[in-house]
Amino acid sequence: MTEPLVLGIETSCDETGIGIVRGRTLLSNTIASSMDEHARYGGVVPEVAARAHLEALQPAIEAALAEASVTLDDLDAIAVTSGPGLAGALMVGVGAAKGLAVSLDKPLYAVNHLVGHIAADIVTPDSEPLEYPTIALLVSGGHTSLLHVKDLTSDVELLGETIDDAAGEAFDKVARLLSLPYPGGPEIDRAAAGGDPKAIRFPRGLSKPQDMAKHRYDFSFSGLKTAVARWVERCETEGDPIPVADVAASFREAVVDVLVTKALAACADRGVPRLLLGGGVIANRRLREAALDRAAATGVTVRIPPLSLCTDNGAMIAALAADLIASGRRPSTLAFGADSTLPVTEIQVAEQQPEAAG
Amino acid sequence: MILAVDTSLGSAVALIDADGRARADASSPDPLGHAEVIGTLLHRALAEAGEGAVTHVIAGMGPGPFTGLRIGIATARAFALGRGAQVVPVPSHFAAALAVIETDAPESPFAIVTDARRREVAISLFDGVDADGIPNLLEPTVLVPRADADERLRGIHAIEVSTLDAAALARVGLRAANAGRDLAGAEPLYLRQPDVSVPGAPKRVS
Ligand SMILES: [Zn+2]
Repeated sequence: MTEPLVLGIETSCDETGIGIVRGRTLLSNTIASSMDEHARYGGVVPEVAARAHLEALQPAIEAALAEASVTLDDLDAIAVTSGPGLAGALMVGVGAAKGLAVSLDKPLYAVNHLVGHIAADIVTPDSEPLEYPTIALLVSGGHTSLLHVKDLTSDVELLGETIDDAAGEAFDKVARLLSLPYPGGPEIDRAAAGGDPKAIRFPRGLSKPQDMAKHRYDFSFSGLKTAVARWVERCETEGDPIPVADVAASFREAVVDVLVTKALAACADRGVPRLLLGGGVIANRRLREAALDRAAATGVTVRIPPLSLCTDNGAMIAALAADLIASGRRPSTLAFGADSTLPVTEIQVAEQQPEAAG
Repeated sequence: MILAVDTSLGSAVALIDADGRARADASSPDPLGHAEVIGTLLHRALAEAGEGAVTHVIAGMGPGPFTGLRIGIATARAFALGRGAQVVPVPSHFAAALAVIETDAPESPFAIVTDARRREVAISLFDGVDADGIPNLLEPTVLVPRADADERLRGIHAIEVSTLDAAALARVGLRAANAGRDLAGAEPLYLRQPDVSVPGAPKRVS
């Protein structure tokens, strides 16, 4: 096959993403977000997200086809996120992907969302091919994971992940503590402008020597969130005004410090001078700056796809499937479901058995 | 051919001819696992039906447990998009009612009852069919606590169903399409708001 034309469907959280790629060329990255509907609840509500996916899917598919100037009949394969993510949200995408694949009689690839974030890099326009191995730090409202990627389609190792809140969730919760709206990431960023990141020394989760033995590459943000809450409460009790800029800057610094420190530790320990960033929290400017500065100081090259490919999207799912096809993988069977805790080692789900000889 | 897909109870797929004759049927009574089986059922039903263009896709719009219900609707819409077929949304209870009418021909009103989880049932009252051959829905479908169902039904004969006949759904949808009638909107019959509340002030931690 020449470069396969693949349509990818992503519905693991609150973005309905439809992407179309031809091999490693991005043709459309169409995203319908239900973020505004979650704002009043202060976080993603799974049922609200699932309802929104069902509404958004068909218009998003049509918009993506129009943008890519291709028809459904032109497609070589359909790809869909099987997990990890919100089960009810994932199932809407799985249902649609199966309906489309059977309708068109095209192969279907069920793939891993987290590995999809890595694949976002390969369809980044005008970029050099991604070199392996690489360490990948994937940070969003739903996940915080550190991966060692030896090969995109066959060898991804989970080094560590959050043991409680995702980093994006921590931003949302601390924003609420400071009476800032949802989503918290950009609000904390705005509030932190002019603040002193060293004003308050908030704890760095799982960074003490006794934690490092077992959780060298794991993250924990719930203690940090509680520390911020205590600090804010003490101000209120004592009748002091809350120095919002300093609290926001110091909190953000604690999150960024842990993320970058652990990611660069993984680069050093594994002898991998490359770090790939992905996930919606990469939109945080301070995180990008800190990663670039500190990586440069240790000789690590950092790659950051454009933000539209960092947040959840269907293009990365299509891109992963296109690479699976290029590496000779068979399509998935129709007998897979949504797996909300799909391990990162399962890059593709339910690959067909080879045809019996003869 | 007319394809019908419903995951309001188990997972059910059927194909009928434009004259209403059954072509294929594939279903699973399992009230869970819709996402896992729907593609295989669809594939099997199409293979069994053989040659012929699918002109309409009838989507069962519930009521039913939301997570499962949505899967069939998503599948139906995507399938229709792929074939350039028309999507016809039909409340799932209409299929159960038509199946009852075709087998038992009840002479008085009857109720279709399905489990709605959380100790509630969904109830729709029907009385025969109208001029288009579509079951007559007497009043909008309601959710009531199971314990109150008898009182609500006031002695009306109730038929509780736990699986859905997709071929009957296809027949209702075909009749609605032929008559140019909309039996349901684009939104599933959720009959219940998402289970969330707007957060209050953060809880104190110290
Ligand atoms: Zn993600």
